[in-house]
Amino acid sequence: MMRLELVKRPQRSMLFSALSPFIAFMLTIIAGAILFALLGVNPLKAFQIYFLEPVSQVWQLHELAIKAAPLILIGVGLSVCYRANIWNIGAEGQFILGGIVGSSIPVLFPQFEGPLVLPLMLLFGMVGGAAYAAIPALLKTRFNTNEILTSLMLVYVAQLFLDWLVRGPWRDPKGFNFPQTIQFNDSAILPELMPASGRANWGFVFALVAAVLVWILMSRMLKGFEVRVLGSSPRAGRFAGFGINRMVFFAFMLSGALAGLAGISEVSGAIGQLQPVISPGYGFAAIIVAFLGRLNPLGIVAAGLVLALTYLGGEAVQSALGISDKVARVFQGMLLFFVLGCDTLIHYRIRLIGFAAPKLESAPKLEEAR
Amino acid sequence: MSANQDGVDLLEVRGLTKTFGTLTACDHIDLNVAKGEIHALLGENGAGKSTLVKMLFGTLEPNSGEVFWNGQAVTISNPGFAKKLGIGMVFQHFSLFEALTAAENIALSLDDGSPISTIAAKARALSYSYGLPLDPQSLVGDLSVGERQRIEIIRCLLQTPQLIILDEPTSVLTPQEADKLFETLERLRSEGKSILYISHRLEEVKRICDRATVLRHGKVVGHCNPRKETAASLARMMVGNDVQAVVRAPVQGIETAQPLLEIRALSRRPATPFSIPLRNINLTVRAGEVIGIAGVAGNGQGEFFESVSGEVPQQDPASVRIRGKDAGGLSITGRRLMGAAFVPEERLGHGAAPRMKLSENLLLSRHATDGKVFVGAGGMVKSDATYAAAQRIIKAMDVRKSALDPEAAALSGGNLQKFIVGRELDRRPSVMVVNQPTWGVDAGAAAHIRQTLIELARSGSAVLVISQDLDELFEISDAIAVMHNGELSKPLPIAEATFEKIGMLMGGAEPGHAEHALETS
Repeated sequence: MMRLELVKRPQRSMLFSALSPFIAFMLTIIAGAILFALLGVNPLKAFQIYFLEPVSQVWQLHELAIKAAPLILIGVGLSVCYRANIWNIGAEGQFILGGIVGSSIPVLFPQFEGPLVLPLMLLFGMVGGAAYAAIPALLKTRFNTNEILTSLMLVYVAQLFLDWLVRGPWRDPKGFNFPQTIQFNDSAILPELMPASGRANWGFVFALVAAVLVWILMSRMLKGFEVRVLGSSPRAGRFAGFGINRMVFFAFMLSGALAGLAGISEVSGAIGQLQPVISPGYGFAAIIVAFLGRLNPLGIVAAGLVLALTYLGGEAVQSALGISDKVARVFQGMLLFFVLGCDTLIHYRIRLIGFAAPKLESAPKLEEAR
Repeated sequence: MSANQDGVDLLEVRGLTKTFGTLTACDHIDLNVAKGEIHALLGENGAGKSTLVKMLFGTLEPNSGEVFWNGQAVTISNPGFAKKLGIGMVFQHFSLFEALTAAENIALSLDDGSPISTIAAKARALSYSYGLPLDPQSLVGDLSVGERQRIEIIRCLLQTPQLIILDEPTSVLTPQEADKLFETLERLRSEGKSILYISHRLEEVKRICDRATVLRHGKVVGHCNPRKETAASLARMMVGNDVQAVVRAPVQGIETAQPLLEIRALSRRPATPFSIPLRNINLTVRAGEVIGIAGVAGNGQGEFFESVSGEVPQQDPASVRIRGKDAGGLSITGRRLMGAAFVPEERLGHGAAPRMKLSENLLLSRHATDGKVFVGAGGMVKSDATYAAAQRIIKAMDVRKSALDPEAAALSGGNLQKFIVGRELDRRPSVMVVNQPTWGVDAGAAAHIRQTLIELARSGSAVLVISQDLDELFEISDAIAVMHNGELSKPLPIAEATFEKIGMLMGGAEPGHAEHALETS
């Protein structure tokens, strides 16, 4: 009989801490190769289509930026939550609510045009996401509910609410009964960065700015210090006079606002109207992005680009090889699994322990049960 | 035991070594315990005593070395095996379930399937025969710390051990309770049982122990007969050099000095079923004096510290007054801004964040009081200023460290405590409240910390020290009050205070205190 035990390492290896995302990526590639081989495709060819072809032309880089922008925006916000040891799993719902609240302006006031429209929409999006994120924060601080469960369940509420809106009150009356709102007017559309070469819009710039600002917040400002203290040693945080309840609201609403900004940027930039589904799971994939980027906003920019590639690659293998695009989800799942696995093994080593009954004879050197 | 084993030591340890990473906690320890002796294991905190006995009890695995039991080599792989050999252990920190009765707790560790009533009867008989009266039906949560220790001892004796290991048993007892324990130990010795007695209290080792093994920095520095040594010579062996005595000049006319910290009718309900309520506490600390609060651990000191520091604010604003102004409704930050400073009992995780640098830990208690110095426009931390201030404190308090600005967890307990105390002293606070200032700190550093607290008071601040170390309180206090069961006695001026008087108060001799039913049964 044997069991596994995780034994804390006396020291963390700095080298492997830095390498861990890359090791995790390599392991994902190896597991992916096995997956492709089992599906009956040549892994090398599949990888070429999955990882290289989607970024071989300039317009495709624009697509990459479109996919990466929401992942980075959400991931940066989530990193603040996770550093504070607050588990916001509901960014997908905050993303959707940001999209809905921001879209209320062009949908309800289609005649309202001009330079004010877009800033107002973005602001509304952030407020919508933050307000939706405040619900699990309130439940946690008032009733001590588990924020993982409440924030996750609110995702499904948001998805069904959006579905009801676009099929019911907000449906385009001239849309031949399709479940979608009217097309936004031009002043409600997020402009493209370089229309000559591709579709990438200002959302990507928002993502980069947010990453830099949050990096400054976390590494240089007293508020970031507060986040890190409360996350790593809450009792020391209380001694410092930092309020844990205020922190729950701060972290949830900051990440909610960024998710909401991502939502409205996606709707007004890439889509141009509300429809039943506005996210291919960005809010969940961003959890992977946050951890792959080691909860560091600058690392999250790189991680966001990697995850964006898994989406594009999934579409590419579907069209080229006829493999389900769900393979993208599989890749994302494997990546998170390996990232967390590598991190665990940096902090702990595995020990095999045998169940040898203690013996009373003299000198019973415990048998090495390995 | 049969005659052929006479002359063989009950326990012999040769070259036992244990390393944690780069730290060698025990370095080739040799130790012999004869039958029927009380053997002291002396050493400062961090000398490796606890690591050594954990290896003897099978909770830690040695890296190398040998253990002989009655002359036969053994490998003690787990506590169950240690118990089978005949080794019993009474831990410093008890492992009892508060919601269960004493008998149920004992039954849990025996795992021989006998019914609770049998165990209770056995425990009761044993406890009275050894002069440690115990009601097996009482809930552990209702018992005092001394009574809980009795459960641990009885539990250990029920397994009829040959060797009993006691880890700092008197650190949680009043002087009178300790006397009772010593009688029991002498009785056990007369029955031929051996006792390994771990302590850093020299007087009690001189009093009851036959032989002593002294550890310093994980190594055996000597074996001796404590009765032939003086307390000073034993201390020298433990510490390695002479410890500077703390100097405390008496204060004059303190009755007219300005009260800086006033506590008025402070009460608090228990926050959890097993925490202690505070009952109508009154205390005044004036400019220039050090007041000590004695008491056995777990009598409300932690709750009292939380209430005074403002980690848990009060309903009544007048219940805590700092420099003549109501502070009861303020948070810890608000009270700091009024000139108060606080040092909690736990260093890692309470007084300091383990994974943060010292310069960041500086910010922990001073981000608001020194906001202009350490925090710039827009909430940006001035890391140059925090770094410089941290280095200033490190220099002033002689903090020994391995890097320029290490993580708090990388420092030894004593050095981290010096930094935490220095962090508050650096502000020249007018009110300083310290819980366990030198717990686990080596003698040299402890003397330094005590001296700085006295000097702070003499420079015009009010200093309140909560401690379980009576020697420490007698060394630094101008008056000592005793906390028992959430109540605080009147402070006794140091000239009138004796160990006996304080000990009586620690045992609950103050009028109005309800004795446990156990004592009369």
